[in-house]
Amino acid sequence: MYEIDAKDIYYRKLNETIRDAIRNHKRDLIVDNVCGQYYIGCGISEPDITITINGVPGNDLGAFMNGPKIVVHDNAQDGVGNTMNGGTIIVHGSVGDVLAYSMRGGSIYVEKDAGYRACIHMKAYKDMNPTVVIGGCSGAFMGEYMAGGTLILLGLTQSKKKPLTGHYLATGMHGGAIFIRGKLNEDMLWSEAETVEPSKEDIKNISKNVKEFCKIFKIDYNRVMDEGFVKVQPKTSRPYGDLYIPGP
Amino acid sequence: MKWMKNLKNYTPPAFKVIRDDDRCIRCKACVEQCSFDATFYDEEENKIWNWDANCVSCNRCAAICPTEAITVETRGYSYRHNYSWGSHIDSLKKRAIFGGTPVVSMGNDKPYKIYWDHLLLNASQVTNPSIDPLREPMELKTFLGKKPHSLHLKDGKPDIDISPQLELNVPIMFAAMSYGALSYNVVEALGRAAQHVGTFYNSGEGGLNKDHYKFQGNIIVQVASGRFGVHKPYLDVGSAIEIKIGQGAKPGIGGHLPGEKVTETISETRMMPQGSDAISPAPHHDVYSIEDLRQLIYALKEATEYSKPIIVKIAAVHNVAAIASGITRAGADIICIDGFKGGTGASPQVIRDNVGLPIEMALAVVDTRLRDEGIRQDISIIASGGIRNSMDVVKAIALGADAVYIGTAALLAIGCTMCQQCHTGKCAWGITTQDPHLSKRVNPDIASQRLINLLDVWALEIKETMGAMGINSIESLRGNRLNLRGIDLTEKEMEILGVLPAGE
Repeated sequence: MYEIDAKDIYYRKLNETIRDAIRNHKRDLIVDNVCGQYYIGCGISEPDITITINGVPGNDLGAFMNGPKIVVHDNAQDGVGNTMNGGTIIVHGSVGDVLAYSMRGGSIYVEKDAGYRACIHMKAYKDMNPTVVIGGCSGAFMGEYMAGGTLILLGLTQSKKKPLTGHYLATGMHGGAIFIRGKLNEDMLWSEAETVEPSKEDIKNISKNVKEFCKIFKIDYNRVMDEGFVKVQPKTSRPYGDLYIPGP
Repeated sequence: MKWMKNLKNYTPPAFKVIRDDDRCIRCKACVEQCSFDATFYDEEENKIWNWDANCVSCNRCAAICPTEAITVETRGYSYRHNYSWGSHIDSLKKRAIFGGTPVVSMGNDKPYKIYWDHLLLNASQVTNPSIDPLREPMELKTFLGKKPHSLHLKDGKPDIDISPQLELNVPIMFAAMSYGALSYNVVEALGRAAQHVGTFYNSGEGGLNKDHYKFQGNIIVQVASGRFGVHKPYLDVGSAIEIKIGQGAKPGIGGHLPGEKVTETISETRMMPQGSDAISPAPHHDVYSIEDLRQLIYALKEATEYSKPIIVKIAAVHNVAAIASGITRAGADIICIDGFKGGTGASPQVIRDNVGLPIEMALAVVDTRLRDEGIRQDISIIASGGIRNSMDVVKAIALGADAVYIGTAALLAIGCTMCQQCHTGKCAWGITTQDPHLSKRVNPDIASQRLINLLDVWALEIKETMGAMGINSIESLRGNRLNLRGIDLTEKEMEILGVLPAGE
């Protein structure tokens, strides 16, 4: 265990300290008093690293990351897991906008809500299948241009004032699957995606990830699984195939 | 029968293939070589026919014909002449018949004014001697990246932290064209030529095939909105990372690699499923402002530990000077401005033909603006989009560019005939195709040699012109607009370009 105090330290210096610690074979890092420092874990590729963050990390947490595990004991801000390639991010709280933009591998667990534009252009490739579980609700444009991976939205914080998700859900979606717990108002969808009943295989996938989510955040698994899920899937992998014709 | 005329989707052919029957020896090379189904052999009649409607005038058949029996001619419009409608007639019909918007390649081909051709260069006579580059040293070496504001000496040595720089032997680089759009052999040729000459090939947004990691040191990697193939080793292999916000061929439009072109190796390079459309959203969804751009620039700097310059590429648009100022302040080391003539990229025709600015104008206003604001040393400028010859390079540098990108010119060197069919994936010259039968038509040994020749000759021509001006270092030409004079330009145009009229 290696402790770093981030109080009043500029992000560039803090990230340098973290990289230096990893270079010096520290595997279990605890960063205290984090207050908005950007790019923590950005581009780190060593697989067996754990970075525990006490405080609120700044934007682009774990961007281009490829292996470590980051645990945040507070909320996180925008751009969590931006273009992430592998590893795990756990947020004990809510995250800001642009969660998991273009994420290609690894998993992200958010205890509470996500902001706008979550999981845009998330994609899968061969054995790389990114998974995002959002415990609460999300804003508009979730899963836009989604090309692969699994996104699970549980809506545990849903209330009369707080809708499950926003408009333009899965616009331009052409791969992957979104599982939403509870009922989904079809008006939320744009024209490229459709809702179906999850298959047996899907349910297996959901319960595996929900089990992990419940274990992490100490939530009653049976209570979560009590309600059914809706699957949002793309109508085709080539939504704009007919849009263009050869020119002159 | 594929050559039967179908009136339902008929638009008149644009070209006519003329075959001299006396010369034709029925070798059928043209039939085998035509990738657009425009040539076929009739066994019964022992005759070769053409289906002109399919011909794109790529001239592959004419080039391959051993007896020179084939000529391809432009047919011209057979409709009653109409000045205001012209090509719009067929263009409109196509939309009505097929219900889609036409996609075109190879840049804007409309007769907009080309400002390069209205700028004249200076030469020394008597009062300052011209220099002979064949006998005297002439410096083309260029460094791209942030330059220091001032220089301090400590114990007689400069005491300064220099930001990471790209070192170029010639101020010309190969523009972003991705594997997927280009065939494997073309990427190989571009990489080899860049390595040999000491310049850079930009991988484009489609990732870098593992075979091409060997070009490390001469590769610029691109990060675009789709983030295809972007991962740590990819960021590490680049000597610089380019964030593509826009490109001249299609300002404001996202990318779209059709599923047919996403073969096994392309899917591996882009890290996406085979046969699925590769869609790049129009904006980066994590960049909605200059502040967001700064965030992405520094995310890439953090990911690569501040070891390489970050390029931001934008299309030349109306407010380009203000945008460039913002990009400089956002922390980019290099900015690439892509003019509206640029365009190896496939683009909807309406966008290609109507959106953007000429690079000459954009370059002049950006350089002026950055100088006025006192931040020109914070960023290097790459001009691209419509650089056709070495004199365009000289004029671009005199207008304020540090270096240029060439895309179309590089493909022409390899064999392209500008038939504008890149997006179809059927390139008969093997350049923009993934069909193994077609792509083997490019021999990387020959192609790379041609690229090297092109850059060597351009370099010599640039040196000759500089020598004539009495300049022996490209640094002294940079932003040196006194060596330019405008001809056939309005006063306003010359004011924007910052040049004097010829004779003044």
